[in-house]
Amino acid sequence: MAMTPSRARGLLLTPAGLWYAALLLLPLAVVLIFSFGERSPIGGYAPGFTFAQYANLPARFAAFRNTLTLAPIGTLAALLIAYPLAYFLAVKVTPKWKTLLLVLVIVPFWTSILIRSYAWIFLLGGKGIPALLAHLGLEDIRLLNTPFAVLVGIVYGYLPLMVFPIYVALEKLDKRLLEASADLGTPPWRSFLQITLPLSMPGVLTGCMLVFILLMGEFLIPAILGGGKVFFVGNALVDLFLQSRNWAFGSAVAVALVVVMLVVVALYSRAVKRFGATRDDTGLM
Amino acid sequence: MLDALAATGKTMQQDQQMSNSPDKTIASDSVAEFIGTTKRFGSITAADGLSLRIRRGEFLSFLGPSGCGKTTALRMLAGFERPTEGDVLIDGSNVSGLPAHRRPVNMVFQHYALFPHMNVAQNVGYGLRQRRPRMPKAEIAQKVAKALGTVRLSDFSDRRIWELSGGQQQRVALARAIVNEPKILLLDEPMAALDAKLRGEMQRELLALQRSLGITFVLVTHDQEEALAMSDRICIMGNGRIAQVGTPGDLYDRPRSRYVADFVGKANILTAEIIETRDKLVTVRLRSGALVAVQQNPDDSRAQADIAIRPEALSLAAPDAPLPVATATLPARVTHRTFLGDHTEYLLEADDLGTLQVNVPQQAERVSGGHDVGARVHVLWPEGTGLVLAADD
Repeated sequence: MAMTPSRARGLLLTPAGLWYAALLLLPLAVVLIFSFGERSPIGGYAPGFTFAQYANLPARFAAFRNTLTLAPIGTLAALLIAYPLAYFLAVKVTPKWKTLLLVLVIVPFWTSILIRSYAWIFLLGGKGIPALLAHLGLEDIRLLNTPFAVLVGIVYGYLPLMVFPIYVALEKLDKRLLEASADLGTPPWRSFLQITLPLSMPGVLTGCMLVFILLMGEFLIPAILGGGKVFFVGNALVDLFLQSRNWAFGSAVAVALVVVMLVVVALYSRAVKRFGATRDDTGLM
Repeated sequence: MLDALAATGKTMQQDQQMSNSPDKTIASDSVAEFIGTTKRFGSITAADGLSLRIRRGEFLSFLGPSGCGKTTALRMLAGFERPTEGDVLIDGSNVSGLPAHRRPVNMVFQHYALFPHMNVAQNVGYGLRQRRPRMPKAEIAQKVAKALGTVRLSDFSDRRIWELSGGQQQRVALARAIVNEPKILLLDEPMAALDAKLRGEMQRELLALQRSLGITFVLVTHDQEEALAMSDRICIMGNGRIAQVGTPGDLYDRPRSRYVADFVGKANILTAEIIETRDKLVTVRLRSGALVAVQQNPDDSRAQADIAIRPEALSLAAPDAPLPVATATLPARVTHRTFLGDHTEYLLEADDLGTLQVNVPQQAERVSGGHDVGARVHVLWPEGTGLVLAADD
């Protein structure tokens, strides 16, 4: 028996629809409902309808401030380090070395970020880099448990996620465009600004979006390298759900984070669109 | 029409001047020059001791199969490759070490290499925007508009590259190059990606453009018809070397070597023994014993040589037909006969000689009524047609 096209389409969409409902909408709805409830006397969630949790949000202002400063700065720092690396891998390295070097970028992923962050505790701690600096006459420099330590940690942890989209964009860049640019009288560095950079922007934008969104939810690295002094919204959530067991307030913080993230991402894509539209008029120069 | 491979001694000498070495024109007439230019990639020699003068305002083609070095020659002119040995001159000055962005030449790339993030006008104006000191915006806009008009794309300046057809993209690539008023316009197989009909149109447009602009065009192609149709002169290349340089007519009528005779048009190539040379004519004995008189070659002191004759220079006659004067006769049997509209192509097995191809114009075919497969015929070889070929390098 033949099915009508609309019925067939409905059937085909069912798995995706179920997946979407079960894994995305349902948990989000639960969190939303919790956020209007109360903490039960023994911890966890007690049903109710109150805005008290949202009114209490300013108590966690520091977490939002840290997240909203360190996530963009971390994204930018990762971009500035990843772009030259990706350029080197995609353009300069001979094919013989390319695979090996690409694998080296991935290898750290094979070990837990927890272990690698502990390595940074040693590197940034008293016997690590500060000891080296002391030899150079720079005494009493504290790195561990500072925003700088958290920044180093997140840039280190998320660098591969920035490198790969940029690498892919640069890799598929037609090298003949650079010959054409040179042929038309453009020295190499100006060809980079006018051809390579604009044409690799999709990779840059993807990498930034990826790293930024993940950084907004980060909690492990601030916990380990921030020493409880530099904490993200993620740390607040861990604290609220696992330590003080205040699920209602935790849910309100989580909803607030989602809202903040939506606003930032919307602003970002609007800026990107505007960039996309003006790029052609100016050619970046 | 039947005078292929038949030449007077006088034009032969002119040909020698052109084909052997850089011609003797004065320096100011040449816009670019290769002087013993060699390019090696590792153990591979892509271009081997090229010596060639490119004349100001001419349309020169590098013709040859892939891997013959023609693209390497073009890329050395553009500045993408630096010669391993020898020099490249543009307008009298040595540019061997000059990078591409500092050379007064522009290229139309094989797949156009248009910038996908710019529209048509921005692509065309790209070269002008690189000028330092900067060219005023109004002047750029005016020159871009003029170039787009030249390639008949005035209404397309705001279009995105991917909105254009292949032929339109090619015209944008052309406009992007000529807007800079280069000393030489380099064309790297520009027609390869176009379909046959469009290719013919583009060829005529390119020729008209070259005439009106007066810019020297240097084309690289593997398509002999394209080279023959468009070029003032053709430089035939093989194995990284220049095999012969000459006008399309020269190359067709007086190929110097077996390689050139094979590459440009079709030719019957026969081994023969040289008997005597008199009045620019060489009498040779074919393997069948038949004596024919062919055109002289500069180094015919050899006892044996290859002889080339075009299929249309030969004709056919029934064995009982009266023989014309001053014509050698080769008895043969027809093995294949192919009707090709304006002419009929015969393949014959000549006695003690092997396969010969003879093209008979339709007019002659109608008069004689044609010759059936299997029929005995006489292949007629007029005295003075055909040519002794130089030994291949």
